[in-house]
Amino acid sequence: MSINVQFFASLRELLGKQQDTVSYSDGLDVNAVWQQTCNDTVMPDNTLCAINMEYVKPDAKVSDGDEVAFFPPVTGG
Amino acid sequence: MPAILLDTIFNPWDEIQSYQSEKLQAGHYGATTSFVGTMRDFNLDESISHMTLEHYPAMTQHFLDALCETSKKTFELDDCLIIHRFGDIYPDEPIVLTVAWSAHRAQAFDACRFLMEELKKKAPFWKKEVTAKGERWVHNDLRSNEK
Repeated sequence: MSINVQFFASLRELLGKQQDTVSYSDGLDVNAVWQQTCNDTVMPDNTLCAINMEYVKPDAKVSDGDEVAFFPPVTGG
Repeated sequence: MPAILLDTIFNPWDEIQSYQSEKLQAGHYGATTSFVGTMRDFNLDESISHMTLEHYPAMTQHFLDALCETSKKTFELDDCLIIHRFGDIYPDEPIVLTVAWSAHRAQAFDACRFLMEELKKKAPFWKKEVTAKGERWVHNDLRSNEK
């Protein structure tokens, strides 16, 4: 019963980690995943979130086994 | 209708010709449009020696595949192609290629622009530039008047 958490780019550097695992519990949303893994670090306002490779809002519910990702605004192309 | 991620330099013109001759039905398409994004050696009035393009591999592939699918349906394309680099990139190297093939020019022009604009807005890539002063992440609010 766990969630795989991924961090990218400047957020990865800010937090000092690329990956983490948090325990799943009923009603868990993306915001709560951040709080469990990032403790006292406030989520930057422009942070983008994804569940299983799809963009979601921070209040989106997660399911057991999901991959949740946090990253800054994208700059490809 | 692939989206291809590469960590090595590629020749966009060879890729277009190769894909077109192998995958497109001869005589069926009447318009081909392409966009090539190339690494500059300057940004925000500073020289850039090179950059590293980080990405979220699984999501990038998923997003670009879906973008190709959507574009093909929306613009009634014969086909489309996206190639995007990641890793270390140096000035004058191509970063991205988008191509659209359709029966008529309007769809091909619109689709090529759509592919590129959606990619810029949503594909999970992040540029880190190396200047004489050190490394810096490229943020949307640091971008010059680019479009």
